[in-house]
Amino acid sequence: MNPTMGTKPPFSRRPPALDEARLRQQVIGAKLRQMFDEVVKEPVPDEFLDILRRADPSDAGEG
Amino acid sequence: MGAQPRPPRVEDPVRDKAFKSDLVTLIPQLRAFARTLTGDATAADDLAQDAMMKAWDARASFEMGTNMKAWTFMILRNQFYSEKRRSWRQTQLDQEAAERTLVAIDDPAAPVALDELRLGLGMLPAEQREALILVGAGGFAYEEAAEICGCAVGTVKSRVSRARRALQAILESGGYDRDGRSAGEAMGAILAQAERLSGAR
Repeated sequence: MNPTMGTKPPFSRRPPALDEARLRQQVIGAKLRQMFDEVVKEPVPDEFLDILRRADPSDAGEG
Repeated sequence: MGAQPRPPRVEDPVRDKAFKSDLVTLIPQLRAFARTLTGDATAADDLAQDAMMKAWDARASFEMGTNMKAWTFMILRNQFYSEKRRSWRQTQLDQEAAERTLVAIDDPAAPVALDELRLGLGMLPAEQREALILVGAGGFAYEEAAEICGCAVGTVKSRVSRARRALQAILESGGYDRDGRSAGEAMGAILAQAERLSGAR
């Protein structure tokens, strides 16, 4: 047997404060994605496609 | 003499069409990234449109099949900083963007938690904010974010972790004091705190 196996594995040696900090980070991360995704989900203003259409000469015939 | 394998200057309607349809699918992402950089919806759409057109104009230099999202984000970011250099000094813009965000949180339609987050983000140094957004919300790997920002991978990692710590501290401290003190006064205190926290190792 490996002599180091005798010691008890550190099951929850991490201080509770660290777990809490980790949890808070997860909440912040979720909110961050939510904030970004809210804009992503917004309908794209027509202006964007209009500008692109004007810039592309091959697009004359398309709707 | 055979044909060139990838003619960069010759017009190629088929390729252009494929490029354009990919570019169009990225517009929502570009708008979101621009919004986090500027903190202002109108300025963000101007920036996103400029970036979109720069990407279109540079389409011949884009290698189809590579990461177009990272490529367009890099263009948008460069556009943002070149405009910023032209107009104001960086610190002034950061300060004003933060104060504008502070005013913007009075919008009753937006959910409170996100307002706090926006405010907190507005207080971070620009390079930390963009690193956190790219990795934490934009879905980029550290390596891709490093390429977009033009810095080392380790630098991005360090910026992200400092941004996370500072943001958490800002949000936990209750963030801001809108009642009783002037916005500028509260902002000064918060910025000082954010700077201290984000600078800490």
